[in-house]
Amino acid sequence: MNLKFSNKEIEGILTIVPANEVKFEDEMENYNFSTAKSLKLKLAMGYEKHRIVTDGTCISDLLINGLNYLFENNLLGKDEIDAMVLVTQSPDYFMPPTSNVIQGKLNLKQDMICLDINQGCSGYIIGLIQAFMLLDQEEIRKVAVLNADVLSRKVSKRDRNSNPLIGDGASVTIVKKCDKASTIYGFLKMDGAGSDALMIPAGGFRTPSSAATSEMCEDSAGNFRSLDNLVMKGDDVFNFVQREIPPMIEHLLEKAGCGKDEIDYYMFHQPNRFMLQKLADKLKIPYNKVPSNIVSNFGNASGVTIPTNIGFNIGDQLLTRQLNICMAGFGVGLTWCALILKIGKLKFNKIINY
Amino acid sequence: MKNKLIKILTEIRPEFDFNKETDFTENGILDSFDIINLVTALDREFSISIDGMDIMPENFSNIDSIISLLKKNGLSDES
Repeated sequence: MNLKFSNKEIEGILTIVPANEVKFEDEMENYNFSTAKSLKLKLAMGYEKHRIVTDGTCISDLLINGLNYLFENNLLGKDEIDAMVLVTQSPDYFMPPTSNVIQGKLNLKQDMICLDINQGCSGYIIGLIQAFMLLDQEEIRKVAVLNADVLSRKVSKRDRNSNPLIGDGASVTIVKKCDKASTIYGFLKMDGAGSDALMIPAGGFRTPSSAATSEMCEDSAGNFRSLDNLVMKGDDVFNFVQREIPPMIEHLLEKAGCGKDEIDYYMFHQPNRFMLQKLADKLKIPYNKVPSNIVSNFGNASGVTIPTNIGFNIGDQLLTRQLNICMAGFGVGLTWCALILKIGKLKFNKIINY
Repeated sequence: MKNKLIKILTEIRPEFDFNKETDFTENGILDSFDIINLVTALDREFSISIDGMDIMPENFSNIDSIISLLKKNGLSDES
């Protein structure tokens, strides 16, 4: 589906990551791998260290910390927020919506929309798309797009498919109306037939958590996990990404009338370095335009990898100049989407620790 | 090319004799992480980039299938 938006812009991006940093080497003994094989995997995939929450930290803790940072530094006024769009797969509760919980804890105004969306690796872009649509309303002038996940709490430490790459994090992106004429081009597709490629089988109403669902079992590759844990069909996800993402980017560039070299940076979701470099090779884009260092430094916190990528790699640049950016998200759902937009002269763009 | 390939495979899984083994993926000799390591090593050794769409078990099931994949990337027996 092709999407197009005008008179909207990003005002600022704040990413909040847990201060707790865990190194790949410290977890190697958990995996059913030889040390030599683990170290080769580390090199190919770019596993170094990841940020993991401690002591039962929830997404609202990270997000409230981030929003308070913006309020206390006069980067955002409480009354300016006309809508909060929270994209997460790890809400504080089944009910109420975590965005309502945040609204209440921060004493935000009642005259606003709070909306939770369940999306993962594409979540940041889905949140921006939702915000752009809300901004078409006359009385909605500014939207806070909140994207957060603490999925390390649902990953087995003995699952070498998922544990080395998982990360936790949150982001607050402020999107507002503007008079600038530049168009934002978007593209989005979903394929629910692949919904079991990434999932947490138990814990919802279909299969409630129980003693049986918490039992650890070994899979054919030697990973140990329970039905309460996140499970990823890594081969299926890899093939889906390599099949769908290059044509999506080519299509969106064509729709936007934009050459590949006119894009300053391709800020893609960050599953691992190997997958990203294969995408860059296929698209014939130089590696320096497709940063792939977020899993190495922070881990994969679903959609939050995109704002983390922006903050970590081009944070300072975007405070003073405008860049032409292509973002892409792909994963859980299956969902894949991309945006081409100009971002720049941001009021804030940084990463803080929680 | 074949000698270089066997050397790389042996570095990844030294416990197997790749001159004798017949089906690397069905027999559990190469798992998906081994294939990633193999692709990374082949890309580096031969200065190529194996297409992501070609990274599937059937292209890594034996010496001949891997050589076919390398030839698809412009390499010859003498490479």
